[in-house]
Amino acid sequence: MNESRSLRSERSERLEGFEYAPALESRSVVDIKSSYGLFINGEFVDPGGPDGGRSFKTISPATEEVLSEVAEADENDVDKAVKAARHAYSRVWSRMSGAERGKYLFRIARIIQERAREIAVLESIDNGKPIKESRDVDIPTAAAHFFYYAGWADKLEYALPGNWTNPQSLGVAGQVIPWNFPFLMLAWKIAPALACGNTVVLKPAETTPLTALLFAEICQQADLPPGVVNILTGAGATGAAIVSHEDVAKVAFTGSTEVGRAIAKAVAGSKKKVTLELGGKAANIVFDDAPIDQAIEGIVNGIFFNQGHVCCAGSRLLVQESVAEDVLGRLKRRMGTLRIGDPLDKNTDVGAINSAEQLARIRELSEIGEAEGAGRWSPECDLPDHGFWFPPTIFTGVSQAHRIAREEIFGPVLSVLTFRTPKEAVEKANNTPYGLSAGIWTDKGSRILWMAGHLRAGVVWSNTFNRFDPTSPFGGYKESGYGREGGRHGLEAYLK
Amino acid sequence: MEQRAAGFGTRSIKTTAKQFAIDLAIRMVDLTTLEGSDTPGKVRALASKAMRPDPADQTCPPVAAVCVYPDMVPCAKQTLGTSGVRVASVATAFPSGRAARDIKLADVKDAVDAGADEIDMVIDRGAFLSGRYLQVFEEIVAVREACARPESGGAHLKVIFETGELQTYDNLRRASWLAMMAGGHFIKTSTGKIQPAATLPVTLVMLEAVRDFREATGQMVGVKPAGGIRSSKDAIKYLVTVNEIAGPDWLDPDWFRFGASTLLNDLLMQRTKMAAGRYSGPDYFTLD
Repeated sequence: MNESRSLRSERSERLEGFEYAPALESRSVVDIKSSYGLFINGEFVDPGGPDGGRSFKTISPATEEVLSEVAEADENDVDKAVKAARHAYSRVWSRMSGAERGKYLFRIARIIQERAREIAVLESIDNGKPIKESRDVDIPTAAAHFFYYAGWADKLEYALPGNWTNPQSLGVAGQVIPWNFPFLMLAWKIAPALACGNTVVLKPAETTPLTALLFAEICQQADLPPGVVNILTGAGATGAAIVSHEDVAKVAFTGSTEVGRAIAKAVAGSKKKVTLELGGKAANIVFDDAPIDQAIEGIVNGIFFNQGHVCCAGSRLLVQESVAEDVLGRLKRRMGTLRIGDPLDKNTDVGAINSAEQLARIRELSEIGEAEGAGRWSPECDLPDHGFWFPPTIFTGVSQAHRIAREEIFGPVLSVLTFRTPKEAVEKANNTPYGLSAGIWTDKGSRILWMAGHLRAGVVWSNTFNRFDPTSPFGGYKESGYGREGGRHGLEAYLK
Repeated sequence: MEQRAAGFGTRSIKTTAKQFAIDLAIRMVDLTTLEGSDTPGKVRALASKAMRPDPADQTCPPVAAVCVYPDMVPCAKQTLGTSGVRVASVATAFPSGRAARDIKLADVKDAVDAGADEIDMVIDRGAFLSGRYLQVFEEIVAVREACARPESGGAHLKVIFETGELQTYDNLRRASWLAMMAGGHFIKTSTGKIQPAATLPVTLVMLEAVRDFREATGQMVGVKPAGGIRSSKDAIKYLVTVNEIAGPDWLDPDWFRFGASTLLNDLLMQRTKMAAGRYSGPDYFTLD
C-alpha cells in the first residue's frame, strides 16, 4: 500500500501543473464562400462597373489567412441600393403596421439565437476577438437588441415623451459601422431603424464584412421584404457615397472622430438627421475605499476586453494615490493570468489586433509613451508568429500632458494616472476632448452620485464597467459624438 | 466577483488537462459522512473506499481524508491504519456551535486524543454576527491550542464559517482574516447542513483572502469548500478558480480540499470514461 502510494505521488508530481489543453471551437459550423457580392433588394448581386466591379480581400487577423474576396461597392451600386431601399420603404415597409414589422424583427432575433454559434465563430475568425466574447457577449446582445426593438415597433407613440404623439419614420437610413463589434453594431443600427419603419443601406467595415453578409442571409431566411435591408461592402469611398446620397434621410455612424467630422461636414446644410458615435478616452476612477479586487476586474474588463478595441474602453486609470501601489501590484498579477492567443480557443482571454494598420497605430503610440517618459510594462507572454498581436500593456507615471493620456489608442494599452481628491479626479477625468464613458469604484454611495453628476460622459458605470443592455441608452458628449443608441432614446434618432 | 466566477465556469478543460484535474480532485477529497445514523460499519466502508476509490483500477489515487464525527475517529483510524489517508473530525458542537466553550474544547480534545489528524471546527456565528469578533478570534486560538498533541504532532485545524449564515462577502472576508490570524491551517466554507453551502463566488473570495494573507505574512493557509459540489464539472471549475486566483501553489491536497460525499463517484466515472473512451454506469462504482 505504502509503496504503491509513493509511486502514485511520484507520477502526479511529474505532471507539469495545471496547463489548459487547447480547446478549440470547431470551424465546421461556418461556411465561408470564396467570394461575396453585394446584398441589394433581397439578393446577392455582382457590383457594377468595368470588369464586373472591384473587390477586396478579407483576412483573419489571427493568422493573416485570406478568408474571402468581397465586392467593393461604387457610387452606382450605392445608388442602386438606396433606390431599392427607397422603393421598399414607400411600397412596403412604411405602410406595414408596427405589429407586422415587429414580427419580422422577432423572427430575425430568433434566427440569430438559433445560428448564434455560427455567427460567433465567423465573427471571431474575421475579427480576431476571442470566441468567449463573441459567444457570450456580442451575439447574445445583438439578439437582445432585435428582441427589444421588436417590442417597440407597435408602441412607438408611447415610447417618447413630449410632442411625440404621432411619430413618423424618416425614410432610408444610411449606416456605417466599425470593425470592433461588427455584428453587434449592425444590430444596434438595424434593429431600431426597422422598428421605426425605416429601410436600411448598411456598410460594414472593410476588415470585417463577413458577419454582415451572413446577416443578409438571415434577412432572406426571415423572408424580410426585398430592399428593406441592403448590405454594401467597401471602404471609405463607399461609406462616403452612402452618407452623401440625396435619398438618404438619416445617417448613423459609429467609428473614428476623424471620419465623424467628415460626415458632419458632408451632411451639413441638408435635411439629413445624423447620429455619430465616435471615439473615447474614458477614465476609470478608483477610490481608496473601493473593493480593490473587484476594481481590478473592472479595470481589466475595461481595457483588455475586445483587445481594447472599444470606444468606451477605460483607457485611463485614475487611481487614488494612497492605494496606487496596491492597485498596480494586483493589476500586474491579474494581467499575468490573461491568456493571449488563438481567438477560437475557448480559454483565450485576449485575441488578435484587428488589422496591420491598427497594430501599427498602437505600436506608434506606445513608443511615443515610452519616449515621453512613461513606464511601460507587459506581462510575459508568447505571441503567435503570424497575425497581428500586441500584449496587454500598462503605462505608469503618466500625466495629463502625455499623448497616451489624450489620444485614443484603441488597443490593449492602459495609461495609469493618480489623483488625491474627488475634485481632482473629476477635473482630470473631464480634461479630454472626448466624453463617452467613465467608471467609478468606491464603497460610498453618495460619492458615486456626486461623481456621476460632475463627470461629463454619456455613460457612467459605478463599480462595474463595459456593461451593456438594449434598454440602456448609449452615446457621448463633446467629440465622442451626438445622439443616443439603445433604449427608448435610441428610437428618437429614427423618428420625426 | 460573481461575474469572474461565472467566467471561470466557461473555461474549457479538455484531454490531458482534464485528466490532471480529475486525479488532483480525487486526491483532494475529504470523503465525508456526518449523519446521526453513522455506525462503525458505515465508517469502515467509507474508509475502505477512501483508500481504494476504484477497486478495479490500481492507478486511481486515494483521497485526502475521511471526515467523521469525533466518536467515529477511532474506528476510522483503525481501518485507515498507515495508508496515509488522514482522519478529519468535526468538533466544537458541530454543526451549530452552540455550546459553552469548555464543552467545545472537550469535544476537540476527545477527537484529538482519539487520533484525529485534522479538526474541522465551526465558528460561533452568533458572536460574529453580533460583532463580538474578539470572542470568535479567542475561541479559534483556544481550539488551536486544544489541537496540540505533544507526543505526535498536533492536529491541523480547519475553521468552518458557515457562509450560508454569514451571507455577505464582507463578512466572509472578515471571517477569513480572523481565522487566518488566529492560526487556522484551513478555512472552510460550510458544514453542509445549511443551504447555500459552498459556492464558487464564496470560494473565490476565500482564495483571494489566503492569497493576500500569504503576501502579507508569508504563511500559506488552505481552503476547503464543502457541501453542494457533486459533479466533476463543478470540481474542475473550482480548480480553475484556485489556479487563477490563489495560484498553482494551492493546487495540492495540502492546501485545497473538497468536502464531499457524492462527488467522488462522479470523478471516478469521468476518470474511467477518459481512460476507456466510453461512459460506464453507476453500478460499476461502489456505493460506500
